[in-house]
Amino acid sequence: MAAAAPPPTMAPMPAISRADVAHVARLARLDLTDDELDQFTEQLGAVLEHARDVEALDTEGVAPTAHPLPLRNVLRSDVVRPSLERDEVLAQAPEAEADRFKVPRILGEAP
Amino acid sequence: MSAALSPAADIAAAVRSGQRRAADILEEHLDAIAARDGEIHAFNHVMTAAAQADAAAVDSAVAAGRDPGPLAGVPVALKDNLCTRGVPTTCSSKILESWLPPYDATVVTRLRQAGAILVGKTNLDEFAMGSSTENSANGPTHNPHDLARVPGGSSGGSAAAVAAGFAPLALGSDTGGSIRQPAAFCGVVGVKPTYGLVSRYGLVAFASSLDQIGPFARTVADAAALLDAMSGHDPCDSTSLPEDPPSAQARLGQGVDGLRVGVITELTTAEGIDAEVVGRVRQAADALAAAGAKVEDVSVPAAVYGLSAYYLIAPAEASSNLARYDGVRYGLRVPGADITEMYGKTRAQGFGAEVKRRIMLGTYALSAGYYDAYYGQAQRVRTLIIADFDAAYATFDVLLSATTPTTAFELGAKTADPLSMYLSDLCTIPSNLAGHPAMTVPFGTGADGMPIGVQLLAPALGETVMFQVAAALEAAAPAGAGAR
Repeated sequence: MAAAAPPPTMAPMPAISRADVAHVARLARLDLTDDELDQFTEQLGAVLEHARDVEALDTEGVAPTAHPLPLRNVLRSDVVRPSLERDEVLAQAPEAEADRFKVPRILGEAP
Repeated sequence: MSAALSPAADIAAAVRSGQRRAADILEEHLDAIAARDGEIHAFNHVMTAAAQADAAAVDSAVAAGRDPGPLAGVPVALKDNLCTRGVPTTCSSKILESWLPPYDATVVTRLRQAGAILVGKTNLDEFAMGSSTENSANGPTHNPHDLARVPGGSSGGSAAAVAAGFAPLALGSDTGGSIRQPAAFCGVVGVKPTYGLVSRYGLVAFASSLDQIGPFARTVADAAALLDAMSGHDPCDSTSLPEDPPSAQARLGQGVDGLRVGVITELTTAEGIDAEVVGRVRQAADALAAAGAKVEDVSVPAAVYGLSAYYLIAPAEASSNLARYDGVRYGLRVPGADITEMYGKTRAQGFGAEVKRRIMLGTYALSAGYYDAYYGQAQRVRTLIIADFDAAYATFDVLLSATTPTTAFELGAKTADPLSMYLSDLCTIPSNLAGHPAMTVPFGTGADGMPIGVQLLAPALGETVMFQVAAALEAAAPAGAGAR
């Protein structure tokens, strides 16, 4: 990441716009309807407004907590163990072929 | 007489000694389900045949002189986000409606090894996102004490099943209060253990740094027995604690003489907490003082920021965890011309409104330009909350607060306003952010006749003292709403 970390206490973020919501929906791979975009713009705005109390706190010098446990580098021994039954797993796939998951076309046609 | 309202401890003792057959105990509970689950809708799926086979195996073991285990013949209901091999596990979502997991959750395996009979999968808010069990693709669960009210959520089906006598025990998952809030609304005991005490292997992930599986029961002793039967290290969960688990049962009945109890000011007298709930917390504090505990008020200042921090952190983790529902390996697929269109349509049709809302919120909080202001800042607030709890536990053995701001509300009362729904988790969220254990114990009713719970909180791995105090609270509790 090239950008320098912003200071811990910042000016309030601007309210979320309908265009922001549409952009986020694309990132999240959710095909939302126009009604959903309107509704989420208002509802996400209300939740983010409530979060301004947290945004405004002075947390300079406070380290972030990503996880409640101090566990680090949990490894298992590198030995072969039984795994899930392949047929049982593939039977749950929407489409499978030749012991593989089958998906629609990923790349465009060759030029 | 039907066993449907017997404590689990009595059932296990009767089955182990050969006085009662597990098969008969099961049938009595299946009868109770058949009689009333049409109106309550606690279950997504009743595992009748599998449960009958498990009960027969327990009875055979007893007949052969073997001990089936501490939960011999005890029916247990499972929240439908716990994987059961070959048995539907839907998370109350359309996207998983036909999924049959290829493996069992570790808790499922451990309960079977303890002799428990798994009776069925209970309704929840879709992917455990909600506080009322109204966000279910299968329709809502109703509170057994008043069918017009919600059971709480997200583990509302498990709470209702225990309150209604469908099973003496149930499992739920608690990410921000999803065991404790419905337990309080339904008048039963509900426990969120220390993060890492119970394996999450086979729990469908919502927010991985907050999720924890825990028990529901009608008595403190039954909840302790269920927790002890499933806690302890599991190599399949890399966040499972490696040390020996504390015993929840070790000091039940030993009283509270000399213990130090702090009443959390911020989670008792905060704006939005009903006066009658505050009154029950004060009454509980007085009861503990009368039993010999040293009780004082204590401030945990950062706790008031828990709600905002949680509704940034949990959706952020959820947006990442739920990326796996892409129509490729399991669950629903809606066809599309290419894979991007297939993803977008599958997720749009497979997820309900609350799940979409949280994926959107989390994706936004993690996106470029907003990450530090929202997710990063929430993680720093998490550190502040832990520090304030640590300061309180330097002086107190356990803390006491309200579990929920109100009694159970009516169906539909909060569905149009997500923020007001989120506020019902105000008192339970801080323990998840800290990774600490907390539990709710029924303590009387409100003016509406609905149950009220009080919450006990303890430091990490403080289950032994937490249950010790919980048993004393249970003994001192005013008449509750009872089982319904």
